[in-house]
Amino acid sequence: MVNIVWLILIVGGFLVSVFTGQVEQTSQSAFGSAKYAVELGIGLIGIYSLWLGLMRVAEKSGLVNAFSKKIAPVLRLIFREVPAGSPAMGAMSMNIIANMLGLGNAATPLGIKAMKELEKLNRNKKSPSDAMCLFLIINTASVQLIPTTVIALRSAAASSDPAEIVGTTLIATICAATAGIVFAKLLKRYY
Amino acid sequence: MIEILQGLSRFAIPVFIVFILGYGFFKRVPVYEAFIEGAKEGLNTAVRILPYLVAMIVAIGVFRTSGAMELLTYALSPVTNWLGVPSELLPLVIMRPMSGSASLGILAELLKTHGADTFIGRAASTMMGSTETTFYTVSIYLGSVGYKDTRYVLAAGLLADLTGFIASVVICAIVFGN
Repeated sequence: MVNIVWLILIVGGFLVSVFTGQVEQTSQSAFGSAKYAVELGIGLIGIYSLWLGLMRVAEKSGLVNAFSKKIAPVLRLIFREVPAGSPAMGAMSMNIIANMLGLGNAATPLGIKAMKELEKLNRNKKSPSDAMCLFLIINTASVQLIPTTVIALRSAAASSDPAEIVGTTLIATICAATAGIVFAKLLKRYY
Repeated sequence: MIEILQGLSRFAIPVFIVFILGYGFFKRVPVYEAFIEGAKEGLNTAVRILPYLVAMIVAIGVFRTSGAMELLTYALSPVTNWLGVPSELLPLVIMRPMSGSASLGILAELLKTHGADTFIGRAASTMMGSTETTFYTVSIYLGSVGYKDTRYVLAAGLLADLTGFIASVVICAIVFGN
């Protein structure tokens, strides 16, 4: 999919440039953009280092564990068929907290563990259970407290207030996650 | 409500940093050493996404300069007007569920072309932060337990993404003005 979209952007762009008489400018833009991409990448090193350093402190202090205990009651309301205190519930809450803190590298192994634990509870072994589907959908809506990468890109683009989108992002991501849960509950009857 | 959102944005980062370091100190983590250890990964992370940034920023640059973007925008304006999503954001909407690094490249290009402190820049930033790489997440997690059947996961995940996109535009219009 990515292959096709990327191909269309470049080949389509050059084809159109013939008709619009922008062939030369388009070639120039390709070189200019490549140069800009590298400058941007170098600019990101500092901000990435800052956040990854902070995140390592959060990991080592057991913050993920501490927060996971707090959201377990909320998860119990959404995942009624998963027993409270089961390893599946524990792995799911740790994964969701790691996602919220922007710990992508920590979140993925926890998510895979949660899927394996949910699979043990799955009675129909031919397809994923409703709990597995719902957990995946919540993951794809990623509720993240501080969208660090976006803030890094904005400050690299000389924004006067790179973090001003934290509030709007939080509301939008809650809308997306809620919609995901509602659609999952509606659609599960048809599959 | 709007003041709360803006206040939240202003204090989120300082509170977050102080809390993480304070909690780490309280739990007897050697905060400085731990920070250095994590910060070493910054260079690798930036280097790892560099090829993706080059690929997507060049592709969007070519597509825009050639006039193809204007063509696409014009052709799709009935749909985008109906959804209320500015057509400049379409490439981001299309790429976001497929590739995180590629959509990061698109966001970078949008921020450069339109500016980070414009409606397009703010809405694009909010979209990027409020959604995930749905196809990637689904394939990794379902693959880990050996299922090919995705049931309704992709449908609901993509509908959630679409909700996030529309919500981003609406919320940014309310908070920052058009």
